[in-house]
Amino acid sequence: MRRTITTQLAATALGLILAGAAWADPVEDTLVIDTDDGELEIVTKAPAPDHLKDVMDTIWSGWHYREDETRDLQRDDFDNPAMVFADRGLDRWNAEIGANGESCASCHQGPETFKGLRAVMPRVDEKTGKLMIMEDYIQSCVTERMGLEPWKVTGDEMKDMLALISMQSRGEIVNVAIDGPAQPFWEKGKELYYTRFGQLEMACANCHEDNQGMMIRADHLSQGQINGFPTYRLKDAGMVSAQQRFVGCVRDTRAETFAAGSDEFKAIELYVASRGNGLAVEGVSVRH
Amino acid sequence: MASDSKPRVKVPKSASAGEVVTIKALISHKMESGQRKDADGNLIPRSIINRFTCDLNGQNVVDVAIDPAVSTNPYFEFDAKVDAAGEFKFTWYDDDGDVYEDTQSIEIA
Repeated sequence: MRRTITTQLAATALGLILAGAAWADPVEDTLVIDTDDGELEIVTKAPAPDHLKDVMDTIWSGWHYREDETRDLQRDDFDNPAMVFADRGLDRWNAEIGANGESCASCHQGPETFKGLRAVMPRVDEKTGKLMIMEDYIQSCVTERMGLEPWKVTGDEMKDMLALISMQSRGEIVNVAIDGPAQPFWEKGKELYYTRFGQLEMACANCHEDNQGMMIRADHLSQGQINGFPTYRLKDAGMVSAQQRFVGCVRDTRAETFAAGSDEFKAIELYVASRGNGLAVEGVSVRH
Repeated sequence: MASDSKPRVKVPKSASAGEVVTIKALISHKMESGQRKDADGNLIPRSIINRFTCDLNGQNVVDVAIDPAVSTNPYFEFDAKVDAAGEFKFTWYDDDGDVYEDTQSIEIA
């Protein structure tokens, strides 16, 4: 009898270890998306960029850390719920919403003219020397060229447009500049990345570098890559931008967060994007 | 709601005669159930798509009655037997009287 119990305990313990092992690492898988224009393979795993060589060998898209069902949603554009929002963005792109009847299309023609832009954002604007995230460019069009009230940085209009513009660069390799004029912003972002915030005193790096692949309660910690953003989050049944995710992460450390679109989060976006140099833009991804 | 609702359908471009094909149809719609309250405690009126139909060459394939428990952006996947080339017609009926339509043709390979 006693022996049976011991055996069972051993079996249970082994089961737990195996379950742990199954969770510990990103899933080996390949993302091929069934699009209207045929199949498109997305680079979701790549050698780490030079500036990260000391801390990791391989960078993985957050796609590898999600369950089978969630990953499958992204394999087919029809099943990807985020496409609804990109479509909505296209409607607004063509809508004559400006104070004098301007539309996005009246200056920029089709959204495909922005092919490649998402892969190099955030970047430093040559004229002003300011660090720009995509939201900044959209906002300057909305307020200066179209004469509208500013859009909310994390509002639906903004995120629909992010989704549309991001889709134009799907499959292109992220390559944000971290030298030259971008360097001071990048250094600032890096410093913030390793700074502990909040009552829990956690830095970005504590979860996404030191413990990636581990579980934090029910969540499988990824590397915190943003090549998939904006992303459709099943939990919210809606789009989430990188800026919004940063607010969520810092809030979870029980800190007063920086605002979405603040200089701090823009610097973090540049730094985090640079950690994904080598992964492909996923257009609009699906996460849970 | 009409301006926000956008139908999307996926139909194979061709099929062999008599083949059963899978069709996917989705429409963006908030599907407000009529059970929820706003911040002031007032009931938010029901606003849903209440019926969805698909016809192939005038012959009905599915006719779905939709009730408030169906979630946002309703998505239907179903099979249809294709005997001849023709056109699928999809129709969604909104509570507010709007009707959204989409069509997709299929060839016999």
